[in-house]
Amino acid sequence: MEPAPAPLATPPVIGPGHTFASITDKISAIVLRRRTSRGWLVGFGISFFFLLVLMNAVGYLLLAGIGIWGVNVPVAWGFAIVNFVWWIGIGHAGTLISAILLLLRQQWRQSINRFAEAMTIFAVACAGLFPLLHLGRPWYFYWLLPYPDTMSLWPQFRSPLVWDVFAVLTYFTISLLFWFVGLIPDFATLRDRSPSRPGRFIYGMLAMGWRGSARHWHRYETAYLLLAGLATPLVVSVHTVVSFDFAVAQLPGWHTTIFPPYFVAGAIYSGFAMVLTLAIPLRAVYQLEDFITTRHLQNMAKILLATGLIVAYGYMIEAFMAWYGGNPYEQYMIWNRLTGPYAPFYWALLFCNIAVPQVLWLQRVRTSASALFVISLIVNTGMWLERFIIVVTSLHRDFLPSSWGMYYPTVWDVATFVGTLGLFATLFFLFIRFMPMISIFEMRTILPEAEVKEST
Amino acid sequence: MTRPPIWGLLAEFDGPSALVAAAARVRDAGYKRIDAHTPFPLEELPEALGVKRTVLPLLVLLGGLLGCVGGYFMQYYASNVDYPLNVGGRPMHSWPMFVPITFELTVLLGGLTAVIGMLALNGLPMPYHPLFNVPRFALATRDRFFLSIEARDRLFDRQETARFLREVGAREVSEVAH
Repeated sequence: MEPAPAPLATPPVIGPGHTFASITDKISAIVLRRRTSRGWLVGFGISFFFLLVLMNAVGYLLLAGIGIWGVNVPVAWGFAIVNFVWWIGIGHAGTLISAILLLLRQQWRQSINRFAEAMTIFAVACAGLFPLLHLGRPWYFYWLLPYPDTMSLWPQFRSPLVWDVFAVLTYFTISLLFWFVGLIPDFATLRDRSPSRPGRFIYGMLAMGWRGSARHWHRYETAYLLLAGLATPLVVSVHTVVSFDFAVAQLPGWHTTIFPPYFVAGAIYSGFAMVLTLAIPLRAVYQLEDFITTRHLQNMAKILLATGLIVAYGYMIEAFMAWYGGNPYEQYMIWNRLTGPYAPFYWALLFCNIAVPQVLWLQRVRTSASALFVISLIVNTGMWLERFIIVVTSLHRDFLPSSWGMYYPTVWDVATFVGTLGLFATLFFLFIRFMPMISIFEMRTILPEAEVKEST
Repeated sequence: MTRPPIWGLLAEFDGPSALVAAAARVRDAGYKRIDAHTPFPLEELPEALGVKRTVLPLLVLLGGLLGCVGGYFMQYYASNVDYPLNVGGRPMHSWPMFVPITFELTVLLGGLTAVIGMLALNGLPMPYHPLFNVPRFALATRDRFFLSIEARDRLFDRQETARFLREVGAREVSEVAH
């Protein structure tokens, strides 16, 4: 939070010289007027290739069963759960930006919330695939839902895995609604500005007859605010429930009370890293430096630094509690992480998540787009490694040395993971081509002209 | 009642301040069937137009409560009445374990009510509306601010109301066909 009466110290959230019309035209032109660029086609092509890799990996999985993955006793949760937690964590920044920053009246959110919300939805879609495929017989996924079935059975409501189903489905639904509600007025703008008949028709249908009525805006803003109020505890609950998948189990390294807050902080950490990974190329390619300014990048870098420190605290407490708790299994767990067969991953994760982000203390780094881009990629890698360490090291050596083992991913594990990156990128490329990637109507509200002055 | 020959009048304003000032004057003149159309929400406008507070928050509260009570009851009923499954002699009514799903269903039903309720109260989707007949109305989603008075209003008079709208600062007044 900046101190309020210091206008000189705070760079503006929008470039100079903009009007309602110029904002509208600039953002809608990306969708309506610009020709599809070669860069977009190449990027989309590469993403689509990896989407096909995913289709192949999933197709073969359905044919052959999850024996094609590296999971086995004792490590029955491999890449699938690592990727699930990683993807769903990435989604959290989108909800944080759209809901929590809205409630806190942070104006700088207006230019990044739209694509951050899109990122959330696509990330949750990728995340949802993994537990589904991990079921073994994914075509029976509906057994997880309470419905009147002929076996007269119910899901086990006392299981965190069932909580997960409810949490993730609710999260996906609410994120989708939030995103769509935010898009309605912008669809109306596109409807009114589209030069083509199909464009007017399709955007017209999506806008549902929005005509900017004051009465409509009144209810709209109420609904938007209420959704934000509901989404805020929801986003905290989702990664909390995900952490319960681990914390409710009794394995050393999982059975800790630090897990919920540390998972939520980690989720926001990785999510903001992903927002930076997406925002920095987007603003360069589409010349959006007026809307996504250095101040935005700086603010996100600060959040990255703060959540990174919470995550570092989580690692520290894990190690401290293992030692202080005096439980030999917990002590061995930490020792195994530091020196065991997966130690290089643990050290790499400490380097990526704790050491590297400390350079964000420097203003020079926080204002450099290229430096932030590199750091965001490192943090994303680090957070993936964190989930790998949590899932694999606790499982592969538990209480009895006779049941120890190793986990090695197969080519199909890797193909499925890389494939979801393709799915995410494909959806994102389609999104920036066909939908306004910055919320047009919310950008209009941050102009000084938007304020009503009392003249009489 | 016979249908008026036109739907109403649409007045165009330059900026938010002009619109809010005009809206207050139109309301004070006694017009009831008025509405404003803006490219973004204006906090002052509902008050200037005399718009009543929406019931939406109440609906969302009810939706959330339904999710909360319904979600808890579902879990209670499944684990205690319909299919009691005793694992390790623990209490059947293990309420702490029912909290996460109860919470998620509260949020889910509250959120669904917020969106569906907002659309329903706004009468959306509504693909056709007479206002779309005015070509300049397309600018209501870009940078122009509009005020509309329906012909069904008791004070409405085709010439007199148009004159009044110009008087309160409209830069252009157009008639809206049905």
